[in-house]
Amino acid sequence: MPVAKQVVAAFESADYVVVPSGSCAGMISHHYPKLLKGEWQQRAIALAAKTFELTTFLAEIAAPLPAAKQLDRSITYHDSCAGLRELGIKQQPRQLLEQIRQADIRELEKPEVCCGFGGTFCAKMPAISAKMASDKLTDATTTGADIVTGGDLGCLLSLAGKARRDGLPLEFRHIAELLAGDLDTPAIGEPE
Amino acid sequence: MRLDSTNFLNQADSALADARRTLARDKLGVHSPSKRSAAVNDFGDFESLRQHVHAVRQHSLDNLDHYLAHFEEEALANGNSVHFARDGEEMNNIVLDICRNTNARKIAKGKSMVSEETALNEHLQSAGLEVIETDLGEYIIQLAGEKPSHITGPALHKPEDEIRELFLDRHALGERELDTPSELVSEARAVLREHFLSADVGIIGSNALVAENGYSMLVTNEGNGDLCANLPKVLVICTTIERILPTARDAMAVLRLLARSTTGQSISCYSSFYSGPAREEDIDGPLETHIVLLDNRRSEVLASDYQEILQCIRCGACLNHCPVYISAGGHAYGSVYPGPMGSVLTPLLTSLEEASILPDACTSCGRCEEVCPANIGLPDLLRDLRHEENKAKVSAPRWRLGIRWHAWLTRQPRLYHFFTNLVVSLLNRLGRKNGYLSRLPFARGWTTERELPVPQKSTFMQQYKTMTARNND
Repeated sequence: MPVAKQVVAAFESADYVVVPSGSCAGMISHHYPKLLKGEWQQRAIALAAKTFELTTFLAEIAAPLPAAKQLDRSITYHDSCAGLRELGIKQQPRQLLEQIRQADIRELEKPEVCCGFGGTFCAKMPAISAKMASDKLTDATTTGADIVTGGDLGCLLSLAGKARRDGLPLEFRHIAELLAGDLDTPAIGEPE
Repeated sequence: MRLDSTNFLNQADSALADARRTLARDKLGVHSPSKRSAAVNDFGDFESLRQHVHAVRQHSLDNLDHYLAHFEEEALANGNSVHFARDGEEMNNIVLDICRNTNARKIAKGKSMVSEETALNEHLQSAGLEVIETDLGEYIIQLAGEKPSHITGPALHKPEDEIRELFLDRHALGERELDTPSELVSEARAVLREHFLSADVGIIGSNALVAENGYSMLVTNEGNGDLCANLPKVLVICTTIERILPTARDAMAVLRLLARSTTGQSISCYSSFYSGPAREEDIDGPLETHIVLLDNRRSEVLASDYQEILQCIRCGACLNHCPVYISAGGHAYGSVYPGPMGSVLTPLLTSLEEASILPDACTSCGRCEEVCPANIGLPDLLRDLRHEENKAKVSAPRWRLGIRWHAWLTRQPRLYHFFTNLVVSLLNRLGRKNGYLSRLPFARGWTTERELPVPQKSTFMQQYKTMTARNND
């Protein structure tokens, strides 16, 4: 609770708070208002109202965006559970990705299923978590996409780590990298 | 209540090692959600009904004492005997007494998770009674000497050929080979028919108790519940106090949610209301009927912060949609109630200590809450249980310490930045060559199954500072 209060106090003076991970945005806008009480709850609700996950902010608040870059790659988007179910993020990232010229966007067969990260879950129950990650990677491989992207770093770290361990040729990038057309920096889990 | 959850991880490992059953569970995890979602979409405004039932269930729980008394009054007026059982042992003894008083030898039983909770079969069998499970799934696992792996599909874990072998071994089949699933079903039906006709007592569960008329509602797809209820001369309904609903109309609302959530059917094949013993003008029905209402710590749950779990209508949708349940299988939980609803309910019905691992069996993906027909906030309840485990020092010390240490560090901004910068540059230096690390002390939980991708050289804050400094020049 002290951590939540600290975050509220640190960010409440901003006009917008933009968060590059769905689960972090969900913590602020979905969980803080339930966690805190009294005056702090009011402040948390006020903060929640101006807190946005990155793709939502770009698609709904910052739009129209400067002309999207060109990227001749096939991409699949992984919905993080917190983003999808706590924040209802589904159309926004897809809408943004479709603006990238020449990008070939491919849907997973089971986009609503968890990738097995789950915060401490992946370390507490590694075998079950790995099974779920494998299923997600199989789904991603089947789409034929060569880049897996998403709006949640936890999922991407976990999936990239599993793909490297299993020797899968998938590339993992945060959606911000794709939207910025920045493929020069190493992808997650790739050497510099 | 039977509980063996301390071995959850090992039991999950063995489940995952069985490729054929893992594939079968994966199929369940695909087919069941798609059937449910088709049924829900066909329905139209499912969400309103869900909200309505949530409100009705909440109202019933808020006034449970009133509705229980009302139900008892009405059920007695219909000619039933009504028994209240504080715990499983008391319920088992009540049922055994009823059986003894009627000199029963054979019991035909419908599917009842409550009887699993109290281990009723074992109790009756040890007193010399023959107990026959008549739900096809329950019958199969009873023959096999196993436990249910799912609250609505107890034998979902058994492949067809194992069932065939079981019947070949245990039934007098002669030359018959039971090549197809429908032959297997016919075989079970023929055997069970004889048991229905020769049973002295029928025992069934209940999906809802209607306070306004004292009726008990039961839903089945096989009709076995009705045969248990109507053919033997004595009927015993074993259920729990929170099944109460105020009116028949409320029971109808639950009925509309139930089958859609469970199997994607718009309604189960049989939905029956039992009022009491056969009246003079009835051509059949039991001569004597008993309703046993079990508490077994539910009144404690009612008074706790976890009351919401008592809204559960036992549809099984949270199991079918839970990636952990689908991966680990029902037996891994070691509890009568597996999956998300079970991971909430089990620690409450037993103890936080014994069931401490179950609330961890959750990625907080939220799919269970999304499909729960009673709109129960399962992930939040599981999180609250984990929080309580931390407070009660039940969870592993290293996790507790880690959380406390992290919470402390995040409140020291300078130290936090210093520390994260240090870790980022250290990890980068160690793993830069490959882009990841395969082993790292304190991160074994991560690195047993996956590589640890290492961060880029500088943190976002460092890059941001450099960039703004450059722009200001």
